[in-house]
Amino acid sequence: MTRVVRTGMPVVAWLALAAAPVFLAPYATTTLARMLVFGLLAASLALLVGVTGLPSLGHAAYFGAGAYAAGWFAKNVSTTAPLSLLIAAATGGVVAAATGWVAVRARGVFFLVLTLAIGEIVLQVAEVWESMTGGSNGLYGIPATTIGGEPVVHPAYLYWFVLAVFAVGFAVLWLVVRSPYGTALRGIHDNEPRMRAIGYPTALYKYTVFVIAGTVAGLAGGLFAVQQRLVTPADVGFTTAALALLAVIIGGAGSLWGACAGAGLVILVRDSLGPTLDGHGPLVLGVVFVLVVYLMPRGVAGIRLRRAS
Amino acid sequence: MTVSLTCTGLSRSFGALKAVDDVDLAVAPGSRHALIGPNGAGKTTLMHLITGALRAGAGSVRLGDEDITTLSVVRRARLGISQTMQHASLFPTMSTSDNVLLAVQRRHGRIGLWPQRALRGRVETLLDRTGLAGRGDVLVASLSHGERKQLELAVALACEPRLLLLDEPAAGMSPAESARLAELVEELPADVTVVFVEHDLDLVFRLATTVTVLHLGRVLLTGSPEEVRASEAVREAYLGSGRDEPLFVERAEA
Amino acid sequence: MGAWFDANLVSVLNGVAIGCLLFILAIGLSLVFGMMDVLNLAHGATFLVGAYTGWVVGGTDPTWATFLLALAVALGIGLLVGAGMSLLTEPLRRRSHLDQALLTLGVALIVAELLSIAFGNDVQAVDAPPGLDGTVTLLGSAYPTYRLVLIVVGAVFAVVLWALMSRTMIGTVIRATVADRDMVSAIGIDNRKVKLAVFAAGSALAAVAGVLGGPIYGARPGLDSTVLILALVVVVIGGLGSVRGALVGALVIGQIESLGRAVLADAASFLLFGALAVVLVLRPQGLFAGAAR
Repeated sequence: MTRVVRTGMPVVAWLALAAAPVFLAPYATTTLARMLVFGLLAASLALLVGVTGLPSLGHAAYFGAGAYAAGWFAKNVSTTAPLSLLIAAATGGVVAAATGWVAVRARGVFFLVLTLAIGEIVLQVAEVWESMTGGSNGLYGIPATTIGGEPVVHPAYLYWFVLAVFAVGFAVLWLVVRSPYGTALRGIHDNEPRMRAIGYPTALYKYTVFVIAGTVAGLAGGLFAVQQRLVTPADVGFTTAALALLAVIIGGAGSLWGACAGAGLVILVRDSLGPTLDGHGPLVLGVVFVLVVYLMPRGVAGIRLRRAS
Repeated sequence: MTVSLTCTGLSRSFGALKAVDDVDLAVAPGSRHALIGPNGAGKTTLMHLITGALRAGAGSVRLGDEDITTLSVVRRARLGISQTMQHASLFPTMSTSDNVLLAVQRRHGRIGLWPQRALRGRVETLLDRTGLAGRGDVLVASLSHGERKQLELAVALACEPRLLLLDEPAAGMSPAESARLAELVEELPADVTVVFVEHDLDLVFRLATTVTVLHLGRVLLTGSPEEVRASEAVREAYLGSGRDEPLFVERAEA
Repeated sequence: MGAWFDANLVSVLNGVAIGCLLFILAIGLSLVFGMMDVLNLAHGATFLVGAYTGWVVGGTDPTWATFLLALAVALGIGLLVGAGMSLLTEPLRRRSHLDQALLTLGVALIVAELLSIAFGNDVQAVDAPPGLDGTVTLLGSAYPTYRLVLIVVGAVFAVVLWALMSRTMIGTVIRATVADRDMVSAIGIDNRKVKLAVFAAGSALAAVAGVLGGPIYGARPGLDSTVLILALVVVVIGGLGSVRGALVGALVIGQIESLGRAVLADAASFLLFGALAVVLVLRPQGLFAGAAR
């Protein structure tokens, strides 16, 4: 691809995203906002799975922690705009820090199993800690976020708010991937023993990226709470984690933009198929997983976006 | 500052197999010390014990004055140990430059969020020195076998080691590639201590200042290349007893 | 201490019963994983298939005949499922663990949803066969007979398995494959047949465990994920391919699930995570890792 196209495409994409509410009906705008939220979650997972090679099936745990934290904060403390999101990101980060140190001690598929267990355990906590999370009924009646005292309810304004936060989260991820730290992460993915032989403390790198990914996932969760104003255990459980992983795989495991596009596709399909499936969405998800695995000749983690140095 | 390597009574077993058995090794600072021996002699295991990839069952390893026997691979790497492996261990989805950059930024950079252009120069220099000039953008998967070994050496050198371990650097190379490798090793800075395992005995005698012969996990002999060449015991180890043939035949000039 | 123990004896025994059930469930997962390096995330769904089999065949008014029939049917279905999974994962032998995990995950989702479509979303209760549905008085507390029987069944199974592993040719092949798969294939034993057999047997055990677990867990959507996590934790703690490890791990997790929940109520989930953390810090390959990896 020529240089012009490579730098041009993201610019066009951002412009299109910014201009969307002007051209789309309110329902479509809201859907696009949901895609952005899920896209941010998927992109944070791409950092973990695609860039560093840590396959996590429990990433929804940090998304959920952030969502519940933001929802609780908005209901009980304050609805002022960035605060609940900061709380959400911090909560995601803290939970990731508390659970990540165990997870990164595990190699390969043990890591996968551990993240699965962590996700399940966090979900159980969510269902049981009724005072904070509303239990299995979920956290409802979350008040709208306010900017300068004014609640943001109009679909277009809410969308732009989501887009702005998405941009911040995405920028953080993008910076990490481009940085020397990000190059080191890719090195760890390619050949961890060699990295250690060069002198990199790889366990520390894996831990920090786990926390970073968890923080951004928490931010996405906070956005979810702000946008939906309702958080239920189903939203933050295993299906979400699986869908996020699917989005990452569709988009090409190492690509942030790809993960976002994959997320958009997943949301689109889920929304259009949803009513006809009568709650049996996971059936389609299962079939898709099986197909994806068989149809990807180089394996799901083998697809990497090559970057010229 | 040049550093010595001292192994004392080093042992490592795998079940009932004594891969390395009470090995003493004294590598003088700045020397080119070769480890030779028939297959299964324990050479690679010994290398792993020095780098920390394997834990010693008994004995000690000292780098200069420091006892590094219980240190991890990462700590030993930070102390200045660097290695190349028999089968080039590289970063397959990354470019040649990025492979070297990883080591350079470890040594010189601050591995934070901001890309550092200044390190590019060092990467270029290292690529030139190891015969990979202009191959920077090529992905590792597209490199030839010889080029991968060169890249491995570049990565190892990028760490600016005090002790460099080379495990069969010429394995699988054509005579021309081996010759070029020999030049590269000869051009290594004098303040780097080099230990290398090699089967190509011509290369060993060209490059080594000292040779240690291992056999069945034990040290058979340590001495100058001439002493080793003349040794009866070494001949027996390689060929089996009762033979009367010279071990090393002078090659006719090609 | 004595008084505490008396008060909690029921929970402790319950924990042993659950542990025995988990052992039967997890051993298949552990051996397939340890021998063939395949992570079978559909194992929980197989358990659920067994559970629904127990409900359909026995239901709320079981007789000994229907109970044994349910066990037999579950065994058969389990063998088929295991064989099927073995075939499905065959093309992926050289691919990464993530690929295999995703495949088995896909199958798990499909099976779970099909069960949900077929049997609905209600929690189905399953009763123990007649004669076992009462209680026995132990040290002053009434204890469900069925769970005691489950403990006996588990113990017998453990002994039989131990005898199989240490005294028979099959057991030797299994242990050798866990230790060094490539070497076993190099001496002429067909890996694919071994894999098929172990997969089938392991899944059969999972389905049987589902029937056995009916009087305790019933049958409901979501049960597959719950038991899968427990089985995975058992395998991680016990070490891959180790029978001893699976037994110890299962008993530990059984206690956490029973005594832990009785004493700590909802915080018991943290105990599960805590157990994982402790084991991984002390012995990253599990307590009794079978292979020198």
